[in-house]
Amino acid sequence: MSDAPKQNDWSKPAAMAIPEGGYFKDKIEQGRYGPIFPKTPACYGFSIIAKIIPGREPNFYEYARNIEKAVAGQPDCLAVLKLHYLRWNLFKIKGDNYFQYMGIFDTDFDKYTEDAVAIFAATGLNTVFENLEGFPKDWKTNAPAFIKFVRDHHCPSFLEYGEYPYVSAEEIKKALKLKAAFSDMLDQMQ
Amino acid sequence: MLEFDDIQYILLTRAPAITGRYEFLSFRNAAGGRAWLAAVLETVHSVEQARASVQKDNRWVSVAFTWNGLRALGMDEASLATFPEEFKQGMVARAEMLGDTGANHPQNWVGGLAGPELHALVILFARDTQERQRCEAEHKRLVARCAGVEVLSSLDLEATPPFEYAHDHFGYRDRLSQPVIEGAGEEPTPGSGGPLKPGEFILGYPDEEGVIANSPQPEILARNGSYMAYRCLQEHVGAFRDFLREHGKTPEEQELMAAKLMGRWRSGAPLVLTPDKDDPALGADPQRNNDFNYKQMDPHGYAVPLGSHIRRMNPRDTAANMKRRRMIRRGGTYGPPLPEEAPEDGIERGIAAFIICASLIRQFEFAQNVWVNDRNFHELGNERDPVCGNQDGTLEYKIPKRPIRKKITGLPAFTSVRGGAYFFLPGLKALRYLASLGDTR
Repeated sequence: MSDAPKQNDWSKPAAMAIPEGGYFKDKIEQGRYGPIFPKTPACYGFSIIAKIIPGREPNFYEYARNIEKAVAGQPDCLAVLKLHYLRWNLFKIKGDNYFQYMGIFDTDFDKYTEDAVAIFAATGLNTVFENLEGFPKDWKTNAPAFIKFVRDHHCPSFLEYGEYPYVSAEEIKKALKLKAAFSDMLDQMQ
Repeated sequence: MLEFDDIQYILLTRAPAITGRYEFLSFRNAAGGRAWLAAVLETVHSVEQARASVQKDNRWVSVAFTWNGLRALGMDEASLATFPEEFKQGMVARAEMLGDTGANHPQNWVGGLAGPELHALVILFARDTQERQRCEAEHKRLVARCAGVEVLSSLDLEATPPFEYAHDHFGYRDRLSQPVIEGAGEEPTPGSGGPLKPGEFILGYPDEEGVIANSPQPEILARNGSYMAYRCLQEHVGAFRDFLREHGKTPEEQELMAAKLMGRWRSGAPLVLTPDKDDPALGADPQRNNDFNYKQMDPHGYAVPLGSHIRRMNPRDTAANMKRRRMIRRGGTYGPPLPEEAPEDGIERGIAAFIICASLIRQFEFAQNVWVNDRNFHELGNERDPVCGNQDGTLEYKIPKRPIRKKITGLPAFTSVRGGAYFFLPGLKALRYLASLGDTR
């Protein structure tokens, strides 16, 4: 493994093959709610896939508008989750509707999981999760049940790739700020 | 309305004690354990009792149990199953996540705290040593009368001089930032945030989410109870002073280095308010010594380094949902003070504290896992809490400074975990309920 890319070498694209189950069995790190899925060149993340309660599909489109409004009104409302990107999909399997929620972020889900629950409640994300089969009705008062649902419905990756591996969103924002500052400096020198 | 006549005093009040003793017990048979509890509960003060007689009392007693201890008293399996998972597992099973690895691993703990035979804890605070010794002798006689009750270990607490204010063996002023509970009759000091809902600390009341969280059953057992995480931290005073001398040529530079590790001068004066020079009068003034934030007043950590102890243990306005992460701290120092100019004498000394909260996993474990031991807290990359984080000599500590920050590599461990456990602290009615459990249950 001597030629494996160093974790901080953002200039060298990297891919990671992940064993079945999502963990490297010899180096499982424990979190508060169980083992943590490993950090990869694409940082941390999850892919939650769950079946929609039949007839509830319109709620998902309404929810999308709610999230758009919430973030426009308060751009840092999701900051605590240390996100890069979130993607939501709807798709069919054998005529049934399924929902996929895929996130890429800089901290393992365990660390800020209660904060996530609080944010979901505040931004109306509950409306979408409550339309999924098996979602615990008492999730607002029962964080462990919420977390169990997420863990049970997470489909771990078997391969992840990063063009600029392991770089955090904070570092990217700092680099862009620096670029803007240099650009401004050059303007001032004209 | 808080039930002051049922809540154990330690949750809401602080005894005017300068000494104390913890005794850790095991129950070899349930009836003996219950006989012990029936006798000892007569000495346990409620908040109401403690407040009424604080001037004339000389000793204050609290009692708490591990999950194994509740079973050893004869609690039925159905009730035991209603406790939260982290409490059932206990601190030892949670060691890796808490950062208790390497030198801090439970296999290095002392006093029988790491084994399943730890069942109960009695906390004594006393006004003086004579009273402590009297209580110790009395408790010894009680234990001898109760079949199968055994003291696994004990720890004597001693305040360190000067006695005018609470501080640890390193010399840092303590008890500066304590949460205040709504309806408990106290006013928060400026900068300490508003009073918090009782359910953040006491079971059976609404919490900051406005709901009463799931509690263990039956209700009589849980109501007015709480959870306590015990942490016994040895303080390596010699190593700490050597480090200050290594990184500071003059006493002033050494004081500044001590302040940069903590985020406050040892006098208690916050670096945010007085970054270049100590101000002991400010440190001693509760109306001013906690009145600061980070986001506006020190966003880059030029005063208080981003990884310093107080910035990790209470990130104030730089963390989300702070009201759901607060904890009450009780406890004291143990071991003799190391005189200022003396070399390390090898005698153990440190802090033995209880962290009290309604949810161990959301409050204590979060703080330990995310704030204390996450190497990448605040994007720091390779740091842990310099005072109580797990330091194995491979980590750094960065002190922001213009034009270029100071980076210390290979930070030594100034503390070691010597023991710990999770306890349930029942209300007084619950203590009587536990004492009356039948053998057949």
